[in-house]
Amino acid sequence: MARRIAIASPIGVADGAVPQAAVRGPGWDGRFTVLILFLPPALLLFTLFVVLPIGEAAWYSGFNWNGFGRPTNWIGFDNYRFVLETRAFWLALRNNGLIIAVSLAIQLPLALTLALMLAERFRGAVALRMLFFMPYILAEIATGLIFSFVYDGDYGLVASIWRTFGAEPPHLLASTDTAMLAVLIVIVWKYFGFHMMLFIAALQSLDKSLIEAARIDGATRSQALRHVVIPLLYPTIRLSVFFAIIGSLQLFDLVMPLTRGGPADSSNTMVSFLYNNGISRMRVGYGSAIGVILFVICVTFAFTYKRWFMRDE
Amino acid sequence: MSDVGTTRALFDPAVLFKAAFLGIVAIFVLVPLLATLLGGFKSLGELRVNPFGLPQHWEWQNYADILFSGRYWQLLRNSLIISTLTVTLTLITASMAAFTFAHVRFYGSSMLLSYLTIGLLFPAATAVLPLFIRVRDLGLLDTYFGVALPQVAFSLAMSVLLLRRFFKDIPYELLEAALVDGCSYIKFFRYVTLPLSRPILATVGTITFVNSWNAYLLPLVMLNTDALYPWPLGIMVYQGEYSSEWHLILAFITLTILPTIILFLLAQKHIVAGLTAGAVKG
Repeated sequence: MARRIAIASPIGVADGAVPQAAVRGPGWDGRFTVLILFLPPALLLFTLFVVLPIGEAAWYSGFNWNGFGRPTNWIGFDNYRFVLETRAFWLALRNNGLIIAVSLAIQLPLALTLALMLAERFRGAVALRMLFFMPYILAEIATGLIFSFVYDGDYGLVASIWRTFGAEPPHLLASTDTAMLAVLIVIVWKYFGFHMMLFIAALQSLDKSLIEAARIDGATRSQALRHVVIPLLYPTIRLSVFFAIIGSLQLFDLVMPLTRGGPADSSNTMVSFLYNNGISRMRVGYGSAIGVILFVICVTFAFTYKRWFMRDE
Repeated sequence: MSDVGTTRALFDPAVLFKAAFLGIVAIFVLVPLLATLLGGFKSLGELRVNPFGLPQHWEWQNYADILFSGRYWQLLRNSLIISTLTVTLTLITASMAAFTFAHVRFYGSSMLLSYLTIGLLFPAATAVLPLFIRVRDLGLLDTYFGVALPQVAFSLAMSVLLLRRFFKDIPYELLEAALVDGCSYIKFFRYVTLPLSRPILATVGTITFVNSWNAYLLPLVMLNTDALYPWPLGIMVYQGEYSSEWHLILAFITLTILPTIILFLLAQKHIVAGLTAGAVKG
């Protein structure tokens, strides 16, 4: 669509190439009206509900406060100390690390392989793409519930498979050894399709002549793949990794119906840890401290990652 | 894959491997979904012995009971109200801001734009406690707006960026000519920019809608009354009540994800474009 408009205009205008005359020309009054009317709603909402709360989280995290009245009981950095001394916090951090590891080691190669297969045209390719993308648009709550049925030790699919082999069905979600593993499988099920779509979009915008040139020069299929296609996909791979990591740091909805972070905190993520320890008990100071820690992790990660890996994009 | 020599290709090991691989992944994706759909048609006893296969007795009653209960429709209504509020407010505020950033040059423009993009860096969860206190102090706790306004605020960053990129492609000459002819910026926005931008508005609207429709954490924190619950909250309550009557829970899950799947099939182009859009061009 964007392209169609550009073609329709006789002269394409590049970014920022606004003719100088026009800036001073017609309608300074008009511009002023637009500024006064069009910007404030967005800026106000954004400031009120995004920026200020983050600042307030930093402020509240210095108090021992249950949310009622005004915060008065200043305890400095104690909340941070309490968080860092909680075993569950480190478990949650480890689980986020596990999610990232699984995303990189299993989900990403799976998504890339599928994308390479499905970017080609053959009957059923589009249907399969849609099928694989479908879990991504399902609500995480619904996905979690579906899989809590799949894993159910009495009625679930896994139990039924176990029973056909004559074994006693396990309660995967109720054991500290397997709960996180079960969550990880659901994460792959739900999100690989999204990453696959990213790769398919990238593959379809690749310059085909580069691949053809390599083939003409005698490269085999797999050589062309390894030395031409994959390197051309690096920007998308870096982006996919970025989303996997940010997504892991936000993961919450999926965990709640499956395990609520249990048993014994073994499947908490950072956000479910924040929910279980800060929000559900209205420990505002403590919860805000967790929030601030999560914020610092997210922002530090986003900036370093952008600086190191995505400089040109 | 070329279509040359289809019969030979059938026995090509690479093709066989590919077909097998795609088949396994398709089964991995489909089985939980189908088992959920079919499970809703079974009795609890049958579910226990036959969770995979087709039901021997189709228990339409499970689905009918839910469809004829006020509860299901109330949940969908609440979700629809919250999502519609969120989408409408996001589209209005974001398109106005994006228009200003795209077409009006003023001091501090790029600074304000970077300010908005901070919103991309962290999830709403980090600030959810102060957000709760703010919404409470504004008297919006336990209202639709208490959920919708923060959702709008958190979807603004991405929406403004996507819209602005599209608006910038509208030729500047068009605006210039319109201004010379005495058209105001606001009229230009209303009669030129918006009609030309339907595809991107649809895309942004769809992302916002899906996110809001599926949201759990914000409604969970902001709403206390069952009667206001959107479906992700309602279904958790339902599951709590019927804890191990899985046949009913499965029927309920199926009916609640049905609107999403229908929407997906109807608007897949916008959904795929939207959910991968922010991504592809960064």
